[in-house]
Amino acid sequence: MMDTIVNIVSWILIVSGSFFAIVGAVGTLRFPDFWSRLHAASISDSAGVILLLVGMMLQAGPGLIAVKLLIILAFLFITGPTSTHAVANAAFVSGLRPRQLPSAKTGTNSDIDPDTKPDTKPDTGADPALDSENQPTKGDAS
Amino acid sequence: MAKRGYWVRTIFTATVLTALWLLLSGLYKPMILGFGAASVVLVVLVVRRMDAVDGDQFAIRLKPIPFLGYMIWLLVEIAKSNWAVTKIVLSPTMPIRQHLFNVPCSQQTDLGQVIFASSITLTPGTISVETEEGHFQVHALDYSDDDMDALADMDMRVTTVDGGSHNV
Repeated sequence: MMDTIVNIVSWILIVSGSFFAIVGAVGTLRFPDFWSRLHAASISDSAGVILLLVGMMLQAGPGLIAVKLLIILAFLFITGPTSTHAVANAAFVSGLRPRQLPSAKTGTNSDIDPDTKPDTKPDTGADPALDSENQPTKGDAS
Repeated sequence: MAKRGYWVRTIFTATVLTALWLLLSGLYKPMILGFGAASVVLVVLVVRRMDAVDGDQFAIRLKPIPFLGYMIWLLVEIAKSNWAVTKIVLSPTMPIRQHLFNVPCSQQTDLGQVIFASSITLTPGTISVETEEGHFQVHALDYSDDDMDALADMDMRVTTVDGGSHNV
């Protein structure tokens, strides 16, 4: 009886974890540019990994394997954001800028420094660059 | 005085390494155990030599129980924002409002800032892009005006967990 419940719960976790991993992959393909794709990848990084590993822990039962899976989870919690930040920061430093909302819409948030303002303005130079970057990827996907 | 702390640290390092080795190995044959013991002794010797060179100490002052509470709160936040981003991915129109904005951070220690920045990145929909003095640049996938409040709330929670004042 207890075994069946644990089995059912762990399979629900594993299947939903796989679902989120696939959603992350779909998002990485569908989203229009580099920055939004990073966000899609972080779905499989967080929800996918957590649900899959917890499901596997339930399958393994208490013991060494469960502890090892917990250690893997702890490492991924630290290395996942670090690598995402490294990629995002590298893109930022090398001059790739995301599309911005028009500054009127941000309204009350006066938190953007004057010295970063040139970057945050949606200048016309950035968008063609992003579009041309998207062109080959779309060609590959179709 | 310094001598005693030295020994305490050596024994602590050896204990942690032995426990980790036993956990990861799972094989308890005499030969394998011997290899484990030898590697622990080797690592402790190397660590002691390196301590003798620079004597650099790093104190982690997190409050354990509030930190556990924070982890649970963070898991709930991750679940919520995961669902939000999943809906964007699967919706036919993909309503994206990308935005790059500054978030002030109030943590005293490096560790606190690392926890805050990692928490931002770990929740889908927001990525910390650049860290600067006193604030982070954060990129949001679907920016709404509530985001600033949510991040300020997270900032406050991390600062509460963070032990503050660390000795350099």
